[in-house]
Amino acid sequence: MQDEIALQVKHLNKSFDKKQILHDVSLDVHKAKILGLLGPSGSGKTTLVKLMAGIDSPDSGEVFILGEKVPNLKMLNRIGYMAQADALYGELTAEENLEFFASMYGLRKSEKKNRIEEVMKIVNLYDYLKIQVKKYSGGMKRRLSLAIALLHKPPILVLDEPTVGIDPVLRISIWEELYELCRNGTTIIVTTHVMDEAEKCHELGMIREGRLIALGTPEEILKASDSETIEEAFLFYGGVKR
Amino acid sequence: MRVRAVMIRILLQLKHDKRTIGLMVFAPILVLTLMSFIFGGEAYHSKIGVVNAPLQFVNSLENGDAEVTRYTEAAAARALYEGEIDAVVDFKNGVPNVELEGSDPAKSRAVLSLVKTSSMKAVLQVQVEESYLFGYEDMSSFDNFGPILIGFFVFFFVFLVSGIAFLGERNSGTLERLMATPIRRWEIVAGYLLGFGVFTILQSALIAWFSIEVLHIMMVGSFALVLLITILTAMTALTIGIFISAFANNEMQMIQFVPIIIVPQVFFSGLFDLSTMAAWLQAIGRFTPLWYVADALRNIMIRGKGWEAIYFDVLVLGSICLFFTAANILILKKYRKI
Repeated sequence: MQDEIALQVKHLNKSFDKKQILHDVSLDVHKAKILGLLGPSGSGKTTLVKLMAGIDSPDSGEVFILGEKVPNLKMLNRIGYMAQADALYGELTAEENLEFFASMYGLRKSEKKNRIEEVMKIVNLYDYLKIQVKKYSGGMKRRLSLAIALLHKPPILVLDEPTVGIDPVLRISIWEELYELCRNGTTIIVTTHVMDEAEKCHELGMIREGRLIALGTPEEILKASDSETIEEAFLFYGGVKR
Repeated sequence: MRVRAVMIRILLQLKHDKRTIGLMVFAPILVLTLMSFIFGGEAYHSKIGVVNAPLQFVNSLENGDAEVTRYTEAAAARALYEGEIDAVVDFKNGVPNVELEGSDPAKSRAVLSLVKTSSMKAVLQVQVEESYLFGYEDMSSFDNFGPILIGFFVFFFVFLVSGIAFLGERNSGTLERLMATPIRRWEIVAGYLLGFGVFTILQSALIAWFSIEVLHIMMVGSFALVLLITILTAMTALTIGIFISAFANNEMQMIQFVPIIIVPQVFFSGLFDLSTMAAWLQAIGRFTPLWYVADALRNIMIRGKGWEAIYFDVLVLGSICLFFTAANILILKKYRKI
């Protein structure tokens, strides 16, 4: 089942303080694919992925995750969410942070230890397990946030700007890990404002001022807009070019 | 399980934050110690100058623990002006005329009552028999308001630290992150109550023990009941602190709630005698949690009363706790509807 739909978004609208952030956004995410959401800051990416992760509820419209309507407490267990801001407990060590979040997802004791070791090896932080998080650099905190999102082996990963502040070498290894997860059946939704990162996704959604202006594979998007680069395509769909 | 994890996390955070532990435990102990030095000393001995006083009167003043000095009229006036004595008693035609230094009303009152009783004794030649239902002779004022201070410090520090801790959880984004996990809203609040609960049990036990065993504050009742009340105080402060933190955007704004939430409670708690105030004003005290804390602690520590005297206070404090716990669970809806 190559084209099974993992996540469905139907006609989402969302406002904060009378300002409309999202305008009628609809999209489908296919199982075991990476969907990239590209847009400048303030375009509504974070609001959209929060709705897609079932953390917030829309003013109108619906989100279905694996066929179930969200927000829904049970479904939160099947989503790995990495927020844009590093939501970590600075006074605690990385290990204590991981153990805490592992308990939140109901991991068993024996399972916990193994998973903590696994995810910390993935993000290359295993040697810093016993260090207080406030002593971490910005990039290390990002990686730890990613590790936490991976802890409970969620079938759907929602990552809000996962590679900000991470050095290029490590960025490549994180993308490789994302592809690996994908091959094993994980569906991944990634937001980014970096154009070259967008090309790494299987599918791409372009967001500008709360509207989904383009959706498709990067190749389709380039072709349809007759562009050489993603940036050009973005300008095309944003109505700036031509 | 999640409740337990939140509790453990809070205790770990506290463990890593030695300064806050210091603030919550040693600050109250330091202030209580200072207060006991200042208010726990011996009763004040009035300094009285006498002019032409009969010996019997002077003896009577001295029996009343006053320091009596004989002066000439002019020397007495000078000593009074220089503040060496609190009052001059000048016998003119056998009638005592009292001139007071007068800048400290408490000292003035002490002198006047002493002079009056001494004059009476000179006439009646009787000794008044004294006995105390509660308290004891020469009970220091620290014994009287110490119980309130114990309650106050537990309340104040737990309010501040728990409020700021929860505020940190909101501001650092961890609360939002937590809401992306399958944790239920009540589990967060219960975890906080237990985490801080465990810590405040240790804190209030230590403060109560120190006040009673080291500072020798008057304590004739049950230590277990004192602990019950201090723990209940901590729980009340905790739930109110978390509730109030929802209305603050940063630590500074949390501090701004101190004069609004804490200080009025102190005034109405019984630290100051309010029995001369209008009845409806006194009634305000009944709306402040600290009033019930003070009432219960005084009944236990000074009057040695038991459960029957404090069960109503316990009931009220317990209800306040429950009310704010429920309110906190509701407020979290702001972060996640379910």
